[in-house]
Amino acid sequence: MAAPGQSQRPTAGGSHGVSERSHEPVLQQFPEAEWDEAAGAIIAPLGQARALAEWLLGQGVDYCSNVTGVDYLEREVKEKVTGEDGKVETVTRTEPGRMDVVYHLYSMRKQTGPLVLKQRTGREHPQVQSLTPVWRSCELQEREVYDLFGVDFTGHPDQRRILMWDEFEGHPMRKDYTEPFDYEWEPTPHDEILDKHQRGKVIV
Amino acid sequence: MSSATATAPNYELIQQDGLDTGLLEVSMGPHHPSTHGVFRMDVKLDGETVVDLSPVFGYLHRNHEKLAENMSYLGSMPFTDRLDYFNSMTNNWAYALAAEKLVEIEVPERAEYLRVIMAELTRLVNHLSLVGFFVNDLGALGTPLLYAFREREKILDLFEQASGARMMCNYFRFGGLRNDVPEGWLDRAREVVDRFPVFLDEYEKLLCENEIILSRTQGVGNLSRDLAISAGITGPMLRASGERYDLRKVDRYGIYDRFQFRVPYSDGDVGDCYDRFIVRMLEMRESIGILKQALDGIEHGPVLGNAPKVFKPKPAEVYGRVEAPKGELGFYLIADGTPKPYRYRVRPPSLINLTVLRDMCLGQKVADAVIILGSIDIVLGEVDR
Repeated sequence: MAAPGQSQRPTAGGSHGVSERSHEPVLQQFPEAEWDEAAGAIIAPLGQARALAEWLLGQGVDYCSNVTGVDYLEREVKEKVTGEDGKVETVTRTEPGRMDVVYHLYSMRKQTGPLVLKQRTGREHPQVQSLTPVWRSCELQEREVYDLFGVDFTGHPDQRRILMWDEFEGHPMRKDYTEPFDYEWEPTPHDEILDKHQRGKVIV
Repeated sequence: MSSATATAPNYELIQQDGLDTGLLEVSMGPHHPSTHGVFRMDVKLDGETVVDLSPVFGYLHRNHEKLAENMSYLGSMPFTDRLDYFNSMTNNWAYALAAEKLVEIEVPERAEYLRVIMAELTRLVNHLSLVGFFVNDLGALGTPLLYAFREREKILDLFEQASGARMMCNYFRFGGLRNDVPEGWLDRAREVVDRFPVFLDEYEKLLCENEIILSRTQGVGNLSRDLAISAGITGPMLRASGERYDLRKVDRYGIYDRFQFRVPYSDGDVGDCYDRFIVRMLEMRESIGILKQALDGIEHGPVLGNAPKVFKPKPAEVYGRVEAPKGELGFYLIADGTPKPYRYRVRPPSLINLTVLRDMCLGQKVADAVIILGSIDIVLGEVDR
């Protein structure tokens, strides 16, 4: 039987024992790292992710739970800007596409976390540093990000496709990925239909 | 911390010059009965000793994440059942937990209790099947597995009465549960729970000190604690390696802070197959304790909170995780203000626990590789997604 006071707990499924300021020492140590307030994540400075991860491991962050990629397409953002004369103008700017690799880090011994670490890179030839030498749990998950997002991890000991077959082309988790039209389907040999199919006009 | 430093896997173990006729390369699976699904291990054997092993994934891959990103939030709830199809209830819970963080829904009291009851019944089902399959892999064909399945069926009947389906339950909703349990369900659940220790006593007597099990599993598939932590091993497998880390105690999600229970773990720094087996047997006892407390504490009330009709969260990023029977099951969601998740990621414990498969199998006999794989406890629906 629950005491009445017990129902006034915080939000459902809230993570307890998490220090809210766990990112501040990281930012002091690595002044070039950015803190993304909205996402609650540390953006590792370019080329320093490995050093940052090793430093974190030394601080007791011994458990890397989750590794994944996020694909952001180029998009137009409309913002309201107040000009000098007090007029509100809507300005459209283009936000370039990018690829994030997200790491959720915990400390098993101190039972704290999560600390979210992101490596940010471009969409065209995404390349980040592999953190597998720091946390072994990244091994299969970084392979998965390589497979499904096409991110190249420098320093990964065994970078191969993991879920798709080796001959597969493309990276299905990218936002602009389109399935091949004749995927799992043989076109009929009649010239007209075959021609239409090659132009992408036949809907099966 | 130096001892806990991760070591990159030693991929240059075998340097073969030319063709070495002494080594035999065997492809175990994808239809080998011991792989519990469509999983393949490429094993290199020197006589009967495993000198190299590489797991091959993807036979059951259907890109769960992409499908979910093109669906409404609730639309992928039934699909989470198919991840780890033995434990649909905990899969549901992990997803509901993450989604509830996005919109801050209060879960009613009765729903919280029922969630714990369902999750612990699921844990019983999973550990029962695992132990059954494990001794099946050891060569005790059929009988112990069917003993386990006889008990599992009673719990699946409870699931069917509550949700309409034995395995694909789809029972959780954001903010509670789909429907209340039918009348008399709690009494039937109590009956099952009360009778379960009788079965466990018998099962433990049969298995725990069985000479064949002892000699085949002790000292086989050693996994050190440092490697386990670094490789992100979670669940009973981690605790068998000596680290006492259970999300029910660490995160205290749901209402787990109200229950008295212990976390079984091995007291050494190295866990072998026997440790992993015995930790699961002990966890079943603790689950029964939680179930009894939950069945005592549950009261009448609504089971679904004030969830919005159209689930359209504000832009945010959340990571919700639960202690699934196989380990830490996490859902990482990025909302962008539309009714579909911008990014939907499942952290599959089965896949990540396989990271150390090669490390545990090297130097062991090929017959033991089967046991080691069985002791990891994988379900391919979750490994390949």
